[in-house]
Amino acid sequence: MHKLEKKLVIIGGGPAGLAAAKTAFDKGITDILILERDFELGGILPQCIHNGFGLHHFKEELTGPEYAQRFINDVAERAIEIKLNTMVLDVKENKKVYAVNKTEGFFEIQAAAVILAMGCRERTAGAIGIPGTRPAGVITAGTAQRYTNIEGYLPGKEVVILGSGDIGLIMARRLKLEGANVKAVCELLPYTGGLTRNVVQCLEDYDIPLLLNHTVTGIKGNGRLKAVEISEVDKNLKPIPDTAKIIKADTLLLSVGLIPENELSKKANVVLDQRTGGPIVNEGRETNIPGIFACGNVLHVHDLVDWVTEEAEIAASWAVKYIKKDFLKETAAIKVKAGQNVSYVIPQKIELQADDRKKIPLYMRVSQPLTAVNINLFADGEKLYSFSEPFAKPGEMISIPLAQKTLAQHENLQEISVEIVEKEGE
Amino acid sequence: MANKYDVIIIGGGISGCAVAWKLAHYNLKILLVEKEADVATGTTKANTAIIHAGYNADPDKLKGRLNVKGNEQIKEISKKLNVPFREIGSLVVGLQNDNLKVIDQLYAKGKENKVKNMKIVDRKWLRENEPNISPKAVKALWAPTAGIITPWEFALAMAQNAVANGAEVKLETAVLDIITDSDQVKGVKTNQGDFYADYVVNAAGLYADEIAQLVGIEKIKITPRKGEYYIYDQAKDFAVNHVIFPVPTPISKGIVVTPTVENNLLIGPTSEKVASKQDLATTRSGLLEVISGAKKLYPDLDLKDTIRVFAGLRAADETEDFVIEAAPHLKGFINVAGIQSPGLSSATAIADFTVEIMEAQGLKLSEKKEVIETRPEPVRFYEMTNQARASLISKNKDYGQIICRCETVSYQEIIDAIHGPVGARTVNAVKRRTRAGAGRCQGGFCGPRVVEIIAHELGIDPTEVKQEEANSNILEYKIKELLGKKVIENA
Amino acid sequence: MIETKTLTCVACPKGCEVTIEYEGNEIIEIKGNTCPQGSAYAREEIVAPTRILPTTVIVKAGALPLVPVKTSKAIPLEIIPDAMEIIAKLEIEAPVKMGDVILKNILETGADVVATRNLPVLKA
Repeated sequence: MHKLEKKLVIIGGGPAGLAAAKTAFDKGITDILILERDFELGGILPQCIHNGFGLHHFKEELTGPEYAQRFINDVAERAIEIKLNTMVLDVKENKKVYAVNKTEGFFEIQAAAVILAMGCRERTAGAIGIPGTRPAGVITAGTAQRYTNIEGYLPGKEVVILGSGDIGLIMARRLKLEGANVKAVCELLPYTGGLTRNVVQCLEDYDIPLLLNHTVTGIKGNGRLKAVEISEVDKNLKPIPDTAKIIKADTLLLSVGLIPENELSKKANVVLDQRTGGPIVNEGRETNIPGIFACGNVLHVHDLVDWVTEEAEIAASWAVKYIKKDFLKETAAIKVKAGQNVSYVIPQKIELQADDRKKIPLYMRVSQPLTAVNINLFADGEKLYSFSEPFAKPGEMISIPLAQKTLAQHENLQEISVEIVEKEGE
Repeated sequence: MANKYDVIIIGGGISGCAVAWKLAHYNLKILLVEKEADVATGTTKANTAIIHAGYNADPDKLKGRLNVKGNEQIKEISKKLNVPFREIGSLVVGLQNDNLKVIDQLYAKGKENKVKNMKIVDRKWLRENEPNISPKAVKALWAPTAGIITPWEFALAMAQNAVANGAEVKLETAVLDIITDSDQVKGVKTNQGDFYADYVVNAAGLYADEIAQLVGIEKIKITPRKGEYYIYDQAKDFAVNHVIFPVPTPISKGIVVTPTVENNLLIGPTSEKVASKQDLATTRSGLLEVISGAKKLYPDLDLKDTIRVFAGLRAADETEDFVIEAAPHLKGFINVAGIQSPGLSSATAIADFTVEIMEAQGLKLSEKKEVIETRPEPVRFYEMTNQARASLISKNKDYGQIICRCETVSYQEIIDAIHGPVGARTVNAVKRRTRAGAGRCQGGFCGPRVVEIIAHELGIDPTEVKQEEANSNILEYKIKELLGKKVIENA
Repeated sequence: MIETKTLTCVACPKGCEVTIEYEGNEIIEIKGNTCPQGSAYAREEIVAPTRILPTTVIVKAGALPLVPVKTSKAIPLEIIPDAMEIIAKLEIEAPVKMGDVILKNILETGADVVATRNLPVLKA
């Protein structure tokens, strides 16, 4: 078996992996290898041909392929080594990575540090157990996006979409523009899971109905999909029987959630967070396994690629320090707790010494839509400070800074917690 | 005559494939016709995938006789055909408040059927051997000879071995009528032309009654009985070590919890008579029944890691027994009907029994001099050691290109599946042979690649690639096909 | 007749709810925006909404059969279906470079249709 040694191995050549490679290189680790399973770099971005990327990171509006191309160019300029069409089959705690491709066969790489950047996958019809038959034409929105934007096929022309996540909204417009009849977007919850701009520009612009509190309760047809049954749901999200309606459709797209892809992480004994589906990490995005870092959608599902880039930069910076043996951990980690109305916070713990950042960004999601909110931070129950926002939506990640000096002021700190609450009297 | 055979078998399910496999050992010209684009697409693809020990059925029924025999044969045959079979044993688990007498009755019936090595086990044994089982479990019938198998692979392996021994399999070939000459069967009319033989085996599964009616047999009445299931992700770390049955009630064997050969977890089935032979729809109530049934045995089981729901139809005859017999008024026409559970477990014994009937009807059986007994083992990259993978790829680089990431299926395995004997023509056929698309993303990532490979290898357009049945095209249009027709000048 | 409309501003991902009061094309009042972009957005949404159009163009002999494109600036929302019809008829040859102009001045909007990625020639 062919054996290699690398300082830094990055698993995944999507936006997280690319930004991590660039950052690590610029911070002095040049012995990098990116392992990518697809035939090209960019991850999911090449199929996200719509605009709306890069407003935070580049302060200009780009399409997905353009956002990817910038990082692909950056990596090319730095001559960072890439292996395409390469599948990682195993990662060990000792940072041995086992991979396979057509040209080199099966090989082993001993890395000093590993960055997990494998992204996520879509929840399927089976995972949510929609009753009915199993015809062709029921596919996830992301797969439909690949067929439409990369492979050059239209899955069908009478379309119903379940789930108002961003990919579902984007695909509603995309298929409509290509001549399909998009009959409805059904959302189980009383609010959309996607970005507001996508509701406006993908549905409202084209008069595509968004049916909140609706779900698909039946899939009809053998062979190809013939129709779907949709129903309104009650407060407990249970279908109301006499509201069932049949919609003729040859295609049902599912945009019902994304799941971080951590099968490899588990092989390396990385501990996962039940809420995010991704690894539990410290503020350097290091997992419980020293020297194995994670960033991007493998860590938690992001709504904006700009945050993925920022997170990859964090992970790469700390991976570089790890390789240079330039950091120490506190003996006891400070727990970061998701308080009221917060579904999760990344990082889950703070434990690194010599953090040269003045501020540690805390990424979080609100668990339900709220208006006029205070985001309150507590240190061992004592309120530190709060941020005011006009609203908080589950579809939009919130990033707030935790000041390094605050940590310094609190000795033996056990826990930082965050809550998001509506202001009283509003 | 090219279209003249010794035996024609109608139906490429487990029974038809088993009969073809058995007959191919003899100097006979055999044709198996299947209306779908693959074998094993009916009841064979959607069931509980169990090789039963044989304590359920009455000894005076065919089911009772053939189950135990089939179970005894399976070990050797599965080895020869390289079909993974795991003899994990089954438990009929009694909970507090269940009628525990039933367990003793099953034990007695098993004894009568000559099921080997059964034991009644207690609470302590259960706790040690099934750590996740309900704390209410107090007593169980343990039948160590029960096991699990992949039913479609078993059927396919028998079909492939039959082909290796000279049999022909014609897919997408639907029987329209039976050709007879006074009281002798003469062949079949199909959508692909007429084929002749003096022996015709009706192994048409759900449609066996309709085929029998073509020659005036009215006694077979198949009422489809639906079973609904959930299947869980492979990675689910929830140990279930045996095939777990609840105590049966007079009307149902109940909801089973079992691992599959590929280490998925399978729960189901319901049991509901339905009107249509095409009603393969899962229902809200059925799925609820499945999960609540499974939770009685395994209270900690939740639905978080399910990856698919499905329904299958049992081809149940009115008699609730197998109907394997020669037509009284038409020489050479043999029905193999009503093959519901334990049909999979009994498959090879059904084949033996069918061949005996045919011999009694006058079919001359002389064993081939050089019978191919084994089926070459397909490459299963996902279960190989890293060492074995390295050496495989050094011989053929195309095993190094992974197409299905969830199940680690390589490009070359898909090519093998398409070009092997009884080759795959559809996305599901590729899935059954290789597991590409059977994993947690359910083909979300590899689906487009598999469509592309099938199209390329079969020389068809991707819009012609089917999931399974005739009208199950995956893609309906080329991009821009619905546009570009209106005349608008870019003035 | 004076009309009122509440819009969700999409000038940035924040998504402020902006209320606009108007009569025909005449804007009377804009409320709820938290920055000047919000007011400009609301005005334009009433008077003449425009959008960048991202889509694809068929490519011959490319590593992929399509190249993603966009309009170089926002074009009127109402002509987007017509623009799609025109773009559907285009067919170009690989290789393509990001920024290549595929079609100049689509429907006299002043916007060009430009490629948004590099696409090499298909290797044999």
